[in-house]
This record gives sequence, structure tokens and C-alpha cells, in this order.
Amino acid sequence: MELEQERRRTIRARNRALVAVLVGLVALFYAITIVRMGG
Amino acid sequence: MTELSDAPATAAIRLATTGGASVADYVEILKPRVMSLVVFTGFVGLVVAPGHLHPVLAAVAVLCIAVGAGAAGAINMWYDRDIDALMRRTAGRPLPSGRMMPGEALGFGAVLGVGAVLVIGLAVNWVAAELLALTVGFYVLVYTIWLKRRTPQNIVIGGAAGAFPPMIGWAAATGKIGWGAIALFAIIFFWTPPHFWALSLYRTGDYAAAGVPMLPVVSGPSETRRQILLYTLMLWPATVAPWLLGIAGDLYGGGALVLNAVFTVSAIQVCRDDGDRSARRMFAFSLLYLFLVFSLLLVDHAGGNWK
Repeated sequence: MELEQERRRTIRARNRALVAVLVGLVALFYAITIVRMGG
Repeated sequence: MTELSDAPATAAIRLATTGGASVADYVEILKPRVMSLVVFTGFVGLVVAPGHLHPVLAAVAVLCIAVGAGAAGAINMWYDRDIDALMRRTAGRPLPSGRMMPGEALGFGAVLGVGAVLVIGLAVNWVAAELLALTVGFYVLVYTIWLKRRTPQNIVIGGAAGAFPPMIGWAAATGKIGWGAIALFAIIFFWTPPHFWALSLYRTGDYAAAGVPMLPVVSGPSETRRQILLYTLMLWPATVAPWLLGIAGDLYGGGALVLNAVFTVSAIQVCRDDGDRSARRMFAFSLLYLFLVFSLLLVDHAGGNWK
């Protein structure tokens, strides 16, 4: 039972980190585009 | 034999039961401590270069240098997982301890490496991208796969990979490689051997157990101490070069001379000491030394001493 909880915790933390990375990438590409378009 | 062939399956089952590698494991295989030094020297190269880069693109360049270095670290951990398991200092890493599957580390490193090169190329310039690709490739192919297990010169030649970041920063700001970039490269290139050999002097047993031909293992501690002193002396012209070339001012020049004097005294103490104490002290100081040399460049530049 405890092992199952630990497994879920690990997967949840990894999913959250992945979401943060993806959102970060979107923001990064947006910022790069704006700067490059600005000349 | 059965035990060996069952090992990956057992590890896979254990990983599936625990949910696989944690976020902390993924961060650990990027070698964050090495990354911090890479980021700092890359940042200094970018700032002191005689060029201008939009702050957002400068941040992207530094991020890509960091991610590229992390990617090289992850692939290094994938390749070295067998010898890492044999050394006390590295046995607890995610791969040898079974917290991560080898393929995960390799895939993670490869994706990050390719991603970092593409992003810096598209967002900043392709000279910086080529240098970043060269750095990752050099660290993985030349240092990790080719030299590390074959020659005691692994640190000298392989150390070039760690010397590239300020050059990448410089190229990001200027779009080319100037004498200043080469001078910054030379500082880290000549700093790396005394830094790692000081560490290997008191970790000889670990390296010998893993079959890594570090200099103290192959040539003994006396020769290693002599080589440490030689490379420390070579740091004098390397660190003074930015000052003599007129690309850093007197504040940097004076500070570099003082730091070199302290580092040389430290190397002489290592030569005279048969025990570990001086080597441990020199290893600790070598980190501070590099940080201070590059900080001096920054402060000197901020003070308007750029010529």
C-alpha cells in the first residue's frame, strides 16, 4: 500500500515537472520570437 | 550467469513498482555542480565579449550552455555506469544504484543535447551552436568513450570540453571566436589538470578499483605532484593573457597575479606533502581560484577597464 502511494507520488511529481518544462519552453519560444521579430 | 541476465529485469520491476526515476534523479544526472561552473564561465565569456546581445537571447544562450553541459553529463553517466558502481564517490548515482534505467539517461541526454544546440543556433547564432555541439561531442566521444579509460592524459585532453563554455558565450555575443575567447579557454584548459589531479591524489584507491588510469594510479603520486606544479605554472601566462592582450584591465591583472601566487604556493605544498592534506586543500582552493579569476574579469569589465 505504502509502495503504491510512493509510486503515485513519484509519477505525479514527474508529471508536474514535465508540465513546468513544457510551459517554460512555450514561454521561451514566445520570448525568442518576439525579440527576433523586433529586429 | 542467471543472476547477471536477471539483473536488468529485476531492476525494471523494482523501478516499475516504485514509479521509476524521480525528478531529483533526472536533475542529478545533469551534474548540477559541474553545470554551475559551466554556466558561470559561459556567462562571463558572454558579458566580457566585445559585442551586444539582447538580454533575452543572452539568457537563452546561457540556458543552452547549461542544458548542453547537463546533456553531456547525462550521457557520461550512462556510459560510465559500470565504473561508477565501483567507486564510493559515484556508487550512489541514479544509474549504478538502480533508480534509473540506462536507456532513460541516454535518451534524456540525447534529447537535451540536440535541443540545446538547435535552440542556441536558431535563437542566437550558429557559431555558438557549432561550439556547443563540439563541446558535448568532445566530452562524450573524446573524453568519456575514448580517453578516460585508456590514458592518464584523459584529464589534459578531455579537459578541453570544460574549457569551451566561455568561448561559446563569447561566440554568442560576437558571432565569432576572438583572441579573448582563446585566452578564456586557455585559463580553464590549464586549470583542469591540477584541479582533477589534486582530487585524484586522495581518491587513488577509487580510480584504481574502477580501472580508470588516472595519473596517480599509472605514474604514482610523486609524478602527479610534479605535473600539478607544472600545470599550475602554465596558468601564469594563461591567466595573465587577457591583461597583456589588452582585453582586461589592471584590476584583473593584479588580482590574477595574486591568485596565481597563492595557487602556486598551494601546488608547492602539495609537492612537499606526502599525505592527503595539501591535495585536499588545493582541490578546494582550485574551485575558488577559478571562480575568483572569472569574477575578476566580470568586475574589471563592469568597472569600465575594457580596452
